[in-house]
Amino acid sequence: MIKRVVDFFGDEGYARSRRRLFYLVLVLIVVADFLVPREHVEYLWERLPGWSAAYGFGSCVLLILVSKFLGHRVGLMRREDYYD
Amino acid sequence: MIDFVHPALLFILGAVPIPFLKGAIRKVYLVLIPSVAILVVLTLEPGSYGVARVIGQEILFAKVDKLSVVFATVFTIMALVGTVYALHLPRAGQHVAAFVYVGCALGVVFAGDYLTLYLFWEGMAFASAYLVFAQGGDRAIGAAFRYLMVHVTGGVALLGGIVLHGLAAGSLFFGPIAGGGVAGAMDIGGYLILAGFLLNAAVPPLNAWLTDAYPEATVTGAVFMSAFTTKTAVYVLARAFPGTELLVWLGAVMALYGVIYAVLENDCRRLLAYHIVSQVGYMVAGIGIGTEMAVNGATSHAFAHILYKALLFMGAGAVIEVTGRRKLTELGGLYKTMPLTVALYMVGAFAISAFPLFSGFVTKSMVIAAAGQDHRALVVLALTMASSGTFLHTGLKLPYYMFFGRDRKLEAREPPRNMLVAMAMAAVLCIAIGVFPERLYALLPYPVAFEPYTGAHVTESLGLLMFTALGFVLFLRALDPENTISIDTDWFYRKGARAFLWFAEKPLARYEKAVSNVSDKVALPLLHGAARAGLRVDLNGVDAAVNGLARAILGGGGALRRLQTGVATHYALAMIAGVIAAITVFAVVWQQGV
Repeated sequence: MIKRVVDFFGDEGYARSRRRLFYLVLVLIVVADFLVPREHVEYLWERLPGWSAAYGFGSCVLLILVSKFLGHRVGLMRREDYYD
Repeated sequence: MIDFVHPALLFILGAVPIPFLKGAIRKVYLVLIPSVAILVVLTLEPGSYGVARVIGQEILFAKVDKLSVVFATVFTIMALVGTVYALHLPRAGQHVAAFVYVGCALGVVFAGDYLTLYLFWEGMAFASAYLVFAQGGDRAIGAAFRYLMVHVTGGVALLGGIVLHGLAAGSLFFGPIAGGGVAGAMDIGGYLILAGFLLNAAVPPLNAWLTDAYPEATVTGAVFMSAFTTKTAVYVLARAFPGTELLVWLGAVMALYGVIYAVLENDCRRLLAYHIVSQVGYMVAGIGIGTEMAVNGATSHAFAHILYKALLFMGAGAVIEVTGRRKLTELGGLYKTMPLTVALYMVGAFAISAFPLFSGFVTKSMVIAAAGQDHRALVVLALTMASSGTFLHTGLKLPYYMFFGRDRKLEAREPPRNMLVAMAMAAVLCIAIGVFPERLYALLPYPVAFEPYTGAHVTESLGLLMFTALGFVLFLRALDPENTISIDTDWFYRKGARAFLWFAEKPLARYEKAVSNVSDKVALPLLHGAARAGLRVDLNGVDAAVNGLARAILGGGGALRRLQTGVATHYALAMIAGVIAAITVFAVVWQQGV
């Protein structure tokens, strides 16, 4: 059972169904976010359905860009023998 | 009936027989001690134990309350899991070190005074350093020395703080220090204690020891290390500095610092180590906020973190154990040969990423909700962003490049059975906490009024995480690991040490050589010349005078000796001559006097 699940995420043969499942999940989450009741909202953004999806995507992209900038341009990334 | 068995002693004294046991008996014994310790911790009664006076100070060996019990519970559970993971090791050294390490961590957790705390604190540093030294090889030994140096330095700061605080407060009892939740300004002693604690919590810029040493430790040692040092620091911060504003901001920065570095990382365990920094950030921020809910959140997150982080380290360790490789650029395609490891690792990854039904979801969200209740919008946004980064790395990037991705045709198999069993134990707990959070909430120091499973909260979390996954899919090529290392704050002491050595070897050595040249070329000949001249004066002047005088006395003595004939008539003659001479002298003088 476990092997089959793991294979589903690894084998190229399942790439199509994997992608379909992934997009279906994304859509379902956004739809569900519009339907759930919201009580005790603290901040404005919490009232916006789909906010967390947008924030998650934005955070992910921002983190990648900022880190790679720091690594390549600012020079945090060095050759492996840097300290030798 | 003994009313109190200190769990720390159970481990520290329990480590003594390990080297003398062999085979199956040793394995049974190794599992038995942590199991007994779990039972002991679960049956502990709140109270103070072991009050004594040492060198004029009241000390309190053990203080049991809810905060210490919840940490001790997870520490003993983790000791059992970690020991099972290490059962296949043929040599006793690492088992002994791990037991002493766990014992010292428990000693800190129950310490009622700062002296007891300090002793166990240093014990932890030395026992854990062994787990890095045991790996062997230049890199590990270098990292272990740096680890030890950094912790001993932190320990000195802590000891200095303890002395100053003890003098100022008049007591060494371990409790809240003024400046945080307690009224009054924090003094220098308080700041030194805080610095010692923050170093062990790996708060930037004092974080580099962690990401330097953990990836170099043994496969089984790193699992123990990921669980104890930083979480002991979280415990002491929660005890002494709740509500310290500085910690809120340090925690938020930490949470992001770790995930930013994780993007750049190529070593699988160093990537996980950066996520310790990130996750401990949530706990430090929670303690800084200091409300009951925030401290509950920090405590429960520490509990969950110990288990899922150990699970992640065990998963990465299993890969290192069977392939001998640790760089993401060299790994890939292992899912076919290691499906169980993949599945168990992913449980840890879902738990750290705070997926619903996994442990992180019911603990991390409590910290974020507490920040929201305390009207700290920026902190909420920073911690939420860090959650996205956590899933990006430990849930997507690391497993993708380690287990899936490009197949490098590595020869691999599942790790030894005891390793899988240990991972399964941690995985079951990660899910159990996520599904039944009430059991964990009941252990927390304050009553819990927090419901993690609301519809909005579930969809928000899933939205955040799955759209992070979308970002991952779209930017996959940008995330390809690169064969590099990243500069962190250890640069200062690694390059600093090199600069010091250069200074010692070049300018200092040159100066020393110049000084010795001057003494060789100028001072020594001068001294030799002076000595020779002195010798000549001595021989020809002083000696001649002394010798001459001696010869004269000798000659005079010889002449006088000749007068001593020993013949009575000669003496009689001499006496008569003397008497005549005396009378003559007398007569002359008397005559003149008249």
